[in-house]
Amino acid sequence: MEEHKDILDYTIPQLLRWRVQHSGDKVALREKDFGRWISYTWKEYYEYVRKTAVGLEKIGLKKDDKLALISDNIPEVLVVAIAAQAVGGISAGIYQSSLPDEIADILNYMDVYMVFCGDQEQVDKLVEVRDRIPKVKKVIYEDPRGMRGYRADDWFMQIDDLYVLGEEVLKENPDRLEEMIERGRPDDVCHLCQTSGTTGLPKGAMMTHRNYINMGVQITKVDKLDEGNEYVSFLPFAWIGEQMNSFGVAMATGITVNFPESVETAMEDLKEIGPQFIFGAPRFYEMLRSQIWLKIDDSYWLNRRFYEYFMKVGERAAVYRMSGKKMPLALRVKSWLGNIMVFLPLTNQIGLLRLRRAYTGGAALGPDLFTFYQAIGVNLKQIYGQTEITGIAYMHRDGDVRPDTVGIPLPATECKISDEGEILSRSPSVTAGYYKLDDKTEELLAGGWLHSGDAGFIDKDGHLVVIDRLSDVMHNKAGEMFSPMFLENKLKFSPYIKEAVIFGDQREYIAALINIDPIVVGKWAEDRGISFTTFMDLSAGPEVAELMIKQVIEFNQTIEKEHFRIHRFAILYKLLDVDDSELTKTGKIRRKFIREKYDDLYTALYDPSISEKKVEAFFQYQDGQTTTVQTTLKFYTME
Amino acid sequence: MDTLKIANVTLSFGGLNALTDVNLNIEPGLITSIIGPNGAGKTSLLNCISGFYHPNAGDIFYGEHRLTRSSPHQVSNLGVARAFQNIELFRGMTVLDNLMLARHQNLKYNFFQAVVFFGKASRQEAENRRFVEDVIDFMELEPYRKRTVGSLAYGIQKRVEVARALTLGPKLLLLDEPMAGMNVEEKEDIVRFIMDIQKERQATIVLVEHDLGVVMDISDYVYVLDFGELIGAGKPEEVAKDPKVIEAYIGED
Repeated sequence: MEEHKDILDYTIPQLLRWRVQHSGDKVALREKDFGRWISYTWKEYYEYVRKTAVGLEKIGLKKDDKLALISDNIPEVLVVAIAAQAVGGISAGIYQSSLPDEIADILNYMDVYMVFCGDQEQVDKLVEVRDRIPKVKKVIYEDPRGMRGYRADDWFMQIDDLYVLGEEVLKENPDRLEEMIERGRPDDVCHLCQTSGTTGLPKGAMMTHRNYINMGVQITKVDKLDEGNEYVSFLPFAWIGEQMNSFGVAMATGITVNFPESVETAMEDLKEIGPQFIFGAPRFYEMLRSQIWLKIDDSYWLNRRFYEYFMKVGERAAVYRMSGKKMPLALRVKSWLGNIMVFLPLTNQIGLLRLRRAYTGGAALGPDLFTFYQAIGVNLKQIYGQTEITGIAYMHRDGDVRPDTVGIPLPATECKISDEGEILSRSPSVTAGYYKLDDKTEELLAGGWLHSGDAGFIDKDGHLVVIDRLSDVMHNKAGEMFSPMFLENKLKFSPYIKEAVIFGDQREYIAALINIDPIVVGKWAEDRGISFTTFMDLSAGPEVAELMIKQVIEFNQTIEKEHFRIHRFAILYKLLDVDDSELTKTGKIRRKFIREKYDDLYTALYDPSISEKKVEAFFQYQDGQTTTVQTTLKFYTME
Repeated sequence: MDTLKIANVTLSFGGLNALTDVNLNIEPGLITSIIGPNGAGKTSLLNCISGFYHPNAGDIFYGEHRLTRSSPHQVSNLGVARAFQNIELFRGMTVLDNLMLARHQNLKYNFFQAVVFFGKASRQEAENRRFVEDVIDFMELEPYRKRTVGSLAYGIQKRVEVARALTLGPKLLLLDEPMAGMNVEEKEDIVRFIMDIQKERQATIVLVEHDLGVVMDISDYVYVLDFGELIGAGKPEEVAKDPKVIEAYIGED
């Protein structure tokens, strides 16, 4: 693609100008306001950027000055951001949910000179910390509602006044914008993107024009989008994913960016637009599925029967679709029927009928969600990347979607695993570094590679498997890396397993303590006429032991790496519990505590000569009474 | 804008006087609150203003116009709108339909024009829709536009009730306990709306409200009723110190 080569050397404002020449009369932005969808063509988009940029220059924005944006997604956010970039300034997104103090800290760290606010809610936050942010010289706002008290204060400016100012300058010098954007270079920093630091102050990743445009070009090399395809902008603008789409993908491909009427109406508006591609965090897909389930539940019984039947068909078909294999004829017919009778109307109801691809990123998505969406015909794919690489480094390809991996590298992206097991990447989309944090930048980009801080490995098909944060992984005696959490989660994919604790740090093999799921296993036992009294009794039953051995065998079969396999395990006689300090309040395993509390079991797990052991179980009831029960715990060795 | 003048109004039901010789002025552009214990005659007074009741004695003037004997629709045509204490909406209709219906009196096309829905009829419907959408935007009701009123939470229904009054484009807005039964957050929202209505839609507001905190916070002027009689009037801080008012509210000690 020749045109792609050209645009890679553009800045974002230059790319917008190129877009105007290419498809100027096509719709670039669409916004729902007063109950109607209002469209702006690329030409109109550019005209707004023109007067805004000239206006910003007039009120004092200069090269490398920072302009922060705190707003819900509205077209003006893009207009102001690109206008600032056209002047040579640097835009920066701040989450709308940030508290005033956080905002003040970020504004000071980033040396922000001007702020754009969507409405009074955000302006009020700035007013609250005004004496702490002396560097901020101007606050531009879009919605004048509730701003009457601020009119007289020239710290504030309504965007309409900025437009008027810009138009006045343009009367004298109509080519001012072109002069300014000519000066831009693709490797200039154009945006500071807040990264989700887990501790302390967020860091600002310095993103360049090339970072975004390269991303837009490379994604669409894998998954083509056509001019006029629809995208709904409902992710926070401060998140890299949204910028990647509205700066990179939209301008590289000429798709239309749609802005919902309000945050609350986003799902309704999604239905009205029927986008061709969407991008969301796992939470979004979970929410959407719950909505579908709710609606199916409310439906009448014939619908429900059809749904249940064709869902099973769809799940089987999904396996073929995800792996790109050809379906057997009978399944193909049934699956076609299912599409017509259930899934097409269903996806139409939620606005995903025209969808070509859906991406999920940010965190791991459960495999059941993958199968669900693939079954109803939504082509959901996992991406992996971080802010520092403009969002995406790895991505699934059509017909090669696997729930347990994050796919293969994007074009023009090099990836490798370091000796420590860390995922490293290199591409034109890697950030120039963190703003004013040279030591952090050095760590991040040591040796010319982007250090993700994540541990992972490449499997035999070249797919990347992300294991865990590098700081949370363990090593066995041979020095091979594994992530206990990764394996525990994988073990818990089995519906019969409620909790699992993986051991093996500095040991010769991996061992596990397993908690059966009392409800599922209880039901399983009832169905088979197996009698039991308590949880402890159920756990100790020989049939349950067989069931668990089967689960572990299955687990071991799906595990690719030899040293990840569970060699020995035992079924724990009690449920891990928050009250016994075995779990944190958020339900995470307190590994160290459990290791010490069940020390005798731990020792037995690593002594192959022990096949069973008498243990004294100590219980404390909620009223404070305690009791000790004798039980025999069996240890199972896997072949 | 006009002053609403209530002069020597007395309203009685049989032997019971709901209002006795009440005199008060609602100055244009302000938020005026009417407070008082239960049964003090607050809602009766609003009913007199909006034409549901006609006082037995005395007069009500809105600028030049004498409202004493006017019917509710005549009052509303003068730009006086009211949001009711008990939500008076069509529960089975959508928010949008409720609001469009409230604009009914602004529709001037005839039956034939409505049937062909061309020219005047469609133009006026479009104009009304634009007006209603402006109110929806103002009251932040976008997510509920197509929902039936009955399916909405109580706090939202109250907001729709205020929105319905606003679709009349009122110059004088009577709000009868707009915050009753709301939680703190919903109350804060409504307070913000009331202040925005006053400032940005340039409406005079008469507020009947039990939450004294809110009343003292946002009112420009306060009247106190007790057993149908006006027992106090003044700026919020003056009224709060008035021993007669304290007695009516808290009782003698």
